[in-house]
Amino acid sequence: MATILGRATEIGGVSRAARRSYSWVREIPLVPLLLVTVLVLVAVLAPVLAPHSHLDPVKPTPGQCQAKYGMADCPYVDNMPPFWFSQGTFATPLGTDYLGRDLLSRLMYGARISLVVALTGTLFAGAIGTLLGVLAGYMGKWWDQIIMRVTDAWLTLPSLVFAILLSSVRGPGLWNIVLILALVFWSRYSRAVRGEVLALREREFVRLAEINGVGKLKIIRRHLIPNVMNTVMVLFSLQVGVAVIIEASLSFLGVGVPPPEPSWGLMMAQERESLMQGKWWLAVFPGICITMLVLSANMLGDWLRVRLDPQLRNR
Amino acid sequence: MPPLLRVDDLRAYYFGFRGTRVVKAIDGVSFSVEAGETFGLVGESGCGKTSTCHAIVRLLPPSARIVSGRIELEGEDLLGKSQTEMRQIRGRRIATILQDPMASLDPLFSIYDQVAEPAYYHRAFRGRRLRQRVKELLSAVRIPSPERRMKDLPHQMSGGMRQRIVGAIALAGGPQVIIADEPTTNLDVTIQLQYLNLLKDLQRASGVALIFVTHNLGIVAKMCDKVGVMYAGKIVEMQSVRGLFYNPRHPYTRALLDSIPKLGTKDPLYVIPGQPPDLSRLPAGCSFQPRCQSAMERCRVEEPSEQHLDDAATTRCWLPLHEATTRG
Amino acid sequence: MGEPLLEVRDLKKHFPVGSSLLGGVQGWVKAVDGISFTIDSGETLGLVGESGCGKTTTSKLILAAEEATSGAIEFEGRNLAELRGRELMDYRRKVQVVFQDPYSSLSPRMRVGDIIAEPIETHEQVSRHEVRSRVAQLLELVGLRPDMSRLFPHEFSGGQRQRLAIARALSTNARLIVLDEPVSALDVSIRAHIISLLEEIQARLAVSYLFIAHDLAAVAHVSQRTAVMYLGKLVEVADSLELCASPLHPYTKALFAASLPSHPDEAREEIVLSGEVPSALNPPRGCSFHPRCPFVMPRCSEQEPSLSEVSPGRRVACHLYN
Repeated sequence: MATILGRATEIGGVSRAARRSYSWVREIPLVPLLLVTVLVLVAVLAPVLAPHSHLDPVKPTPGQCQAKYGMADCPYVDNMPPFWFSQGTFATPLGTDYLGRDLLSRLMYGARISLVVALTGTLFAGAIGTLLGVLAGYMGKWWDQIIMRVTDAWLTLPSLVFAILLSSVRGPGLWNIVLILALVFWSRYSRAVRGEVLALREREFVRLAEINGVGKLKIIRRHLIPNVMNTVMVLFSLQVGVAVIIEASLSFLGVGVPPPEPSWGLMMAQERESLMQGKWWLAVFPGICITMLVLSANMLGDWLRVRLDPQLRNR
Repeated sequence: MPPLLRVDDLRAYYFGFRGTRVVKAIDGVSFSVEAGETFGLVGESGCGKTSTCHAIVRLLPPSARIVSGRIELEGEDLLGKSQTEMRQIRGRRIATILQDPMASLDPLFSIYDQVAEPAYYHRAFRGRRLRQRVKELLSAVRIPSPERRMKDLPHQMSGGMRQRIVGAIALAGGPQVIIADEPTTNLDVTIQLQYLNLLKDLQRASGVALIFVTHNLGIVAKMCDKVGVMYAGKIVEMQSVRGLFYNPRHPYTRALLDSIPKLGTKDPLYVIPGQPPDLSRLPAGCSFQPRCQSAMERCRVEEPSEQHLDDAATTRCWLPLHEATTRG
Repeated sequence: MGEPLLEVRDLKKHFPVGSSLLGGVQGWVKAVDGISFTIDSGETLGLVGESGCGKTTTSKLILAAEEATSGAIEFEGRNLAELRGRELMDYRRKVQVVFQDPYSSLSPRMRVGDIIAEPIETHEQVSRHEVRSRVAQLLELVGLRPDMSRLFPHEFSGGQRQRLAIARALSTNARLIVLDEPVSALDVSIRAHIISLLEEIQARLAVSYLFIAHDLAAVAHVSQRTAVMYLGKLVEVADSLELCASPLHPYTKALFAASLPSHPDEAREEIVLSGEVPSALNPPRGCSFHPRCPFVMPRCSEQEPSLSEVSPGRRVACHLYN
């Protein structure tokens, strides 16, 4: 019998490797991806893109001062409407707020805050939660009991109320908010990851590593964590939206990022009355930004979940 | 008299990625079955045998389309029927037994409910007659103490018994054709033997036609009268079971028979080179040709048409023609 | 040829059943109930049985994934239960396994080169360069190309993945490989590939196999000797071809009858077993097979037959023969 070993290389020849298909690229949801990309770019390039300062009022032209106050000179022109209104101008396309600051610039800088806070907060939450979930799921026994009871208890805390509590303890500030978000949300990850790990633990490749005497830490690092990344990534993208809203809510309630930093939520809070007075743009545009970011993050997260779920098992 | 079930040059393709990828799951399948006959459909995974079963009862997934061909039940065209009309066919005239009994049985309903359902809907059994019928069916599939076990739920029964319940459900509608798709793959060997004997007895008693789909040639040798060997969506050989085993006409059949370990001998197994083909990228000419020991130039260029050989055998291969011409 | 590579003596594994809350154990599942066999160097022992017979538990015991309730497993003359630390790691290096399911035995997010290298890295201190060259050699040994080491498991077919699993099992020069249903999940035509590969590797490297399967024909082809297991006990052990030519134990005969013919006219003694496999929690008295045995005698329900030698190399546990 001609040795299978000699002839065998042709058996391997028809490997799938040569036919890696990138057809999934066609199915990426373009609109959310575009939105998120735009928002990220705007946030990153805010210092370059913003037409005016986000903190100081816009220096008005004499004509504007005349029109608004009947004076030749004024420090700022407040509450100017967007450019498509008669009193609006292209210099401040979306209008100005009660202190004469350009809304568009503030929105751009606000993107930074929302994205930084939401992304890093969720990232830390994910790191903590994943680690604890893996330990609970894999080490079992006491690890599992303690971590899961803490997780369960943590999950019962209403996130917003808890966030407010923490914020009153820590005080205002950007990085405090990030910390708060991490503390509030880690438990969602640990629960999901633990479930995944419980299933993974029984899979043969893990059993095999154990039989082979591979150390527990190495198994966690090489076999478990890479295989829970799918779940974690999906959770992450879905949580980002929640984090944005929590941050906005905290700022809205006055316990988040302190003024004058232009957090979108803070902007909405400060302009509550303006909304009722008919100057809707001051509250609506930040709201639209929040909505767009959260919707896009959710849609991408959803697509990611569907895409990653069968785990490339379709051969 | 038309045959009980006839499939004629059936072709069904899966269209994916917005029409750019075409998987030729069924690419020219023709066979017929008579009452009381057992037809075996043999092939490995991906050859199209399960798709053929789905196509016959018109349960292909939405991404698949039957591109051409005919399927006739007692002369009636099945492809032209609407889904509503097909519901009168499924269970009532063509029944199926699938591989995994746990997937076929609803875990929330009792055995009685599940066996009674086809009898109720398709044969209008009611009340006491219905109970009697269920009892008969359970006895027919050799479930001990049927009265008692009727109330049980699927998880309370063993794998072999569950598969027999599935058989009872298939019979309950009084079908003319039963399609069994690898029904014994998950069963232990000794349970498998019990089950196959049961199927044979049931067939003899009721006269149904049985289409048995499997990858196991041993089952074919035991159960079938006529066999079709499938490869890459086509039937490459069709013969009586004796003919197939004693005189296989297609190189794939021969290779398959030689690659199976036979009890009692340690003769080296024939290793078929290469891999089963990707149905979305079939090679030019004959689909088996890259792995065929007897491949000729013609095989690489032209797809073989069906050759009808003298002894009621058909094969999709150029060899018989070649042999005939070189001989004559 | 001196002492056997692996010797198993009266091995038992009983799992307790019962709630620990309300006190005590209510019963024992006797998954493995006193089996003894040996495997020589370079030899294959086949282990056949249906679901619930205990062959999976046996493989776990031999792989030191479970601890035996009683009995001894001796490898190269050393008792497994006495091994600790480095000696236990050494055992793990020399005794490897290939599982049934090619789709879950390879870590999906690791490159196959790393998967194959993992046992080497766990057990030996070798330079990266040498690891790479060994992996390349192993890939060639199982009939794949060395440049495939960068690929991920999902890019391979089922048969190719089993080859990768075999390569991994061989990576540390194991002396015994436990093959747990290595071909059941593969296509019919691919099974021949893997069976032939295993046989060639054994011829080349003199590695021993414990070949566990339910397909009698495949087991008999690969193994020199075959053992038949039922409800935790061995009922017959014999040379494979002899077993095929004349099975003695009624259960073995039933397995043969159930193992389908290779052609339509093959004459086989039709033995159809009645009933189902009893629960291992409450095995029948006497011979555990007697309720289903077509040749049952009164003695069978009272006294358990012992696995005794009826001819050189042939052991049967049945009152028909002692």
